Amino acid sequence: MTTPNLKVDDLHVSIEDKEILKGFGIEINGGEIHAIMGPNGTGKSTLASALMGHPNYEITKGNATFNGEDLLEMEVDERAQAGLFLAMQYPSEVSGVTNADFIRSAINSGREEGDEISLMKFIRHMDDKMGKLEIDSSFQHRYLNEGFSGGEKKRNEILQMLMLEPKIAILDEIDSGLDIDALKVVAQGVNDMRSDDFGCLIITHYQRLLNYVTPDKVHVMMQGRIVKSGGPELAERLEAEGYDWIKNELGIEDETVGQE
Amino acid sequence: MSVDVKGSYDRTYISNFSKDRQEPEWFTNLRLSSLEQADAIELPKPEKTKITDWNFTSFAHTTETKVVNSFDDLDEDIRVLLGEKEQAKNVIVQENGKVTYEKVEADLKNQGVIFTDIETAIREHSNLVEKAYMKEAISTNENKLTALHAALVNGGTFIYVPKDTHVELPLQTVYSVSENFGLFNHILIVAEQNSSLTYIENYVTTQDANDAVANIIAEVYAADGAKVNFGAVDTFSEQVTTYVNRRGHVGRDAEIYWALGQMNDGNTVSENTTYLMGQGSYADSKAVSIGRGEQSQNFTTNIVHYGKNSDGQILSHGVMKDRASSIFNGISKIEKGATKANGEQTERVLMLSEKARGDANPILLIDEDDVTAGHAASVGRIDPLQKFYLMSRGISEQEAERLVIHGFLAPVVGELPVEAVKEQLTEVIERKVY
Ligand SMILES: Nc1ncnc2c1ncn2[C@@H]1O[C@H](COP(=O)(O)OP(=O)(O)OP(=O)(O)O)[C@@H](O)[C@H]1O
Ligand SMILES: [Mg+2]
Repeated sequence: MTTPNLKVDDLHVSIEDKEILKGFGIEINGGEIHAIMGPNGTGKSTLASALMGHPNYEITKGNATFNGEDLLEMEVDERAQAGLFLAMQYPSEVSGVTNADFIRSAINSGREEGDEISLMKFIRHMDDKMGKLEIDSSFQHRYLNEGFSGGEKKRNEILQMLMLEPKIAILDEIDSGLDIDALKVVAQGVNDMRSDDFGCLIITHYQRLLNYVTPDKVHVMMQGRIVKSGGPELAERLEAEGYDWIKNELGIEDETVGQE
Repeated sequence: MSVDVKGSYDRTYISNFSKDRQEPEWFTNLRLSSLEQADAIELPKPEKTKITDWNFTSFAHTTETKVVNSFDDLDEDIRVLLGEKEQAKNVIVQENGKVTYEKVEADLKNQGVIFTDIETAIREHSNLVEKAYMKEAISTNENKLTALHAALVNGGTFIYVPKDTHVELPLQTVYSVSENFGLFNHILIVAEQNSSLTYIENYVTTQDANDAVANIIAEVYAADGAKVNFGAVDTFSEQVTTYVNRRGHVGRDAEIYWALGQMNDGNTVSENTTYLMGQGSYADSKAVSIGRGEQSQNFTTNIVHYGKNSDGQILSHGVMKDRASSIFNGISKIEKGATKANGEQTERVLMLSEKARGDANPILLIDEDDVTAGHAASVGRIDPLQKFYLMSRGISEQEAERLVIHGFLAPVVGELPVEAVKEQLTEVIERKVY
């Protein structure tokens, strides 16, 4: 089995003719955990959405490969089936579709016809993962994210990750809105996935998640690209000092993507 | 005259038809007076739908039908609706208005419950039928089609549940139409004080249906404290033009729950009106529909509040594709004196095609100050973000749309009281959407 690999090079992304990513590059391999930090509005969610294939984002330049294949040529569902996963900052609600039906459809979509997961096996698997994430079993039968609290939605994203077992996961602010206990539970979920066969990109504003999930690399994003990379100590310094020192160091006045 | 059935179905025809069925005099007279009315009054005028060129008047009023002796001899399309052989405990199947299969548990009779076809009921339970038939919930002279209906009734069912009696199992009916039959189907349900029942009906067409007509009236009387669950799945083919009017009349602390799967493929005018007469009366009307092809449909859900503290809930969801056109009217009417009444309604239309037309018209008519009421209406497309979310988990675009559509219709599908019918509706939805 080859080690998962996501490689992004000089990516430029626009939305409604406004360029938001301006030459973003990263390489993530199985076994690695990367964290991206950066002030609000610097393009972090845009990166995540664009890599997943969100229809509103237009790639104007650059490329991205997933296990050597051209990611940008794939449809959204093909990217997922290849093993890419995005825990969204704001997951959608889908009324009338139960969480269990949805996750089962998602699992079966990656399988051949006739090889669908058996209902018994699915239920056992789901019970197990829900137990780990301390999600009440009633959430199986609730409509997908409908009326879920902020924290419940985040846990539900992690539940889907554990159920779908992706090769590379991008977690966009999976820690925001979580209380301390939930944070630990979610971190445990990520740590359970850790192996040479799994790579992860954690987008976060806070050091606290990284206390539980130690990253191999930390990147700082400003103006639609990575402006600084380092080890876990970089996150600690950001937590303590904020972003001004980086802006000073690099001569950046407005860190958002608005300015050219 | 543009609408004239008199040529073929005149006084003489109707008198003879009534006589052949050995109907009591009051019923024959009602037929004849309604025939007069039909000539004098206009077609209904459903909001924003032109029905003047629809065929409501050219049809065959009687046909030969064979009686089926066993469940296994029933048409496959009908059998699936009844589920496994054992599941269909209380069933009446009528083909072109005639009973072809009937099964009623002895328990039911012991309880004093009447569950029989309307033809038999008019003969054998004339008094019970006469007390309610087209009296409070609907009148013969509301429009040309209600009058024609009363003149030409040739099918239907009568249900009577005595006071304090609870019918545990659903009472199920299937009505099928073939060739160019004109079905004038009348359902009369009388639930006496503190009784309860669940009724579910299916409308189907056989393969050979050709320019047929369905003119359907259902009347449900829930006396004080009674509770009626009424489920329906209409699946007439595009060869059937339908006028269906389902009415409820609800007494003190009584409840009616409607779950209507309106899946006809032909032009359809459907009205569902509930009169909340008694104090604390309750009506819940849930309806789903799918429009496809060239069909034109008009759905009106109307709850009229007379009773103090009455509560009416309307939920109507429609999916529109191809060039279909549907109008969804929701009316909450609160009469003067219905203090503390609550009327709420939601109409939602999901458009799957640029060429389809869907209109949602929520209407609140309130003549009393001390009430609460609310409405929500929307016409929209599948949310691209929802689709992106589902697809980001590996689900294909088509499957994602399927999930969203099923989810959209789930509030009604989930309410249907019989599992076999629920499955059938799900299947019909599947068929209509793809
Ligand atoms: N649909 C859109 N239309 C216009 N501008 C948009 C749209 N989506 C994103 N943007 C802009 O792109 C910029 C980057 O947004 P993005 O969501 O990627 O930031 P972020 O780094 O994830 O911020 P946060 O930390 O607040 O989540 C912002 O200025 C935002 O307003
Ligand atoms: Mg963001």
